[in-house]
Amino acid sequence: MTPMQTGAIGAHNAKVMNRFDLTKRLVGQLKHEEAVIGGIGNANFDLWASGQRSQNFYMLGSMGLAIPIALGVAIAQPRRHVITLEGDGSLLMQLGCLATVAERAPKNLTIVVWDNGIYQITGSQPTPGAAVADIVAIARGAGIASSAWAADESEFDRLVASALKGGGPSLIAARIDSKPAVGTTDRDPVQIRERFMRGLGVRGG
Amino acid sequence: MTDIQTRATAWHEVVLATLKANDVSLIVYVPDRVFTPLIKAIHADPFFTVFAATREEEALGIISGAWMGGLRAAALMQTSGFATIPNALASLVVPSQIPALIFVSERGTLGEFNLGQALVCKTMRPVLDSLAVENITITRQDELAFVVDRSIKQAIATQAPVTFILSPLLTGGKVFEA
Repeated sequence: MTPMQTGAIGAHNAKVMNRFDLTKRLVGQLKHEEAVIGGIGNANFDLWASGQRSQNFYMLGSMGLAIPIALGVAIAQPRRHVITLEGDGSLLMQLGCLATVAERAPKNLTIVVWDNGIYQITGSQPTPGAAVADIVAIARGAGIASSAWAADESEFDRLVASALKGGGPSLIAARIDSKPAVGTTDRDPVQIRERFMRGLGVRGG
Repeated sequence: MTDIQTRATAWHEVVLATLKANDVSLIVYVPDRVFTPLIKAIHADPFFTVFAATREEEALGIISGAWMGGLRAAALMQTSGFATIPNALASLVVPSQIPALIFVSERGTLGEFNLGQALVCKTMRPVLDSLAVENITITRQDELAFVVDRSIKQAIATQAPVTFILSPLLTGGKVFEA
């Protein structure tokens, strides 16, 4: 069993970290034009603030669809690693997609869940199950065996490095604080989509 | 498309052949009784990557991602499933100009036995029209290949989604055993 499969710690033993810091750590490990799909809201905003890459897709609406979009990209481009950054509230809205991902089992897909237990962008209301639901246990139950809480920043780095080797699908959950995102995305869906497609080599130029 | 029209004998064979001719190779669906022969035939053809999603909006997300990654993809669903996707259409597919190819098996009309299906059917075209999403109701098999082939090409050329509503007049629909 790899460390990711043993899952030595539960949600409540994981250190509360910062989303922007972890986003920068993750993006810093990307050396092969990996695609990154940012979920709606703060996941997106911190991805934008971490440095704009043409392989980033910033999802502006359609809450809950970051993981399905990432699955589609992963199927279309099996040689490119695809990472999606999603909030706990967004994931709860579309839990079924974890079973779909597990069943398709794309080796090149990594799901990162930022869990602060709140709908931060709408006024910090608690998400359903914030105090009782365990996203890693849910993901494992859905069939994503390689799912783990990151105990701290250095373990987050290790889990990301391990996931990028391509034995996925994998899910990394991180407890995060309620600090606001560092930036906000431009809100031009066509430009975001077009730049992303060029970044993936689908369009010329 | 004349070859497809003359060779094929059933509506689902025409749809399958037209998808192949247009290199639409990823199919994501939420099941429907009337679409079962189409879904079975797609599963049986190694040209396609095909699987079920848990919700119709999930299917839209997957085919949107696939298209951005360079793969042509379609979603199959029934009328009631369509009623779950207006947000995904209005906040992802339409503003991002993604040529999502959507096939809907039309329930709720021409012999429907479930009032819920009949009502939800009435919401479908107004939703599509209000978003200016091309939607075509197909009732005749002799027009099927032409309509689907040309509309897929238009969707991709104009970067706009299209919805094909397959009427019971084409498919036979779901029959109520009274």
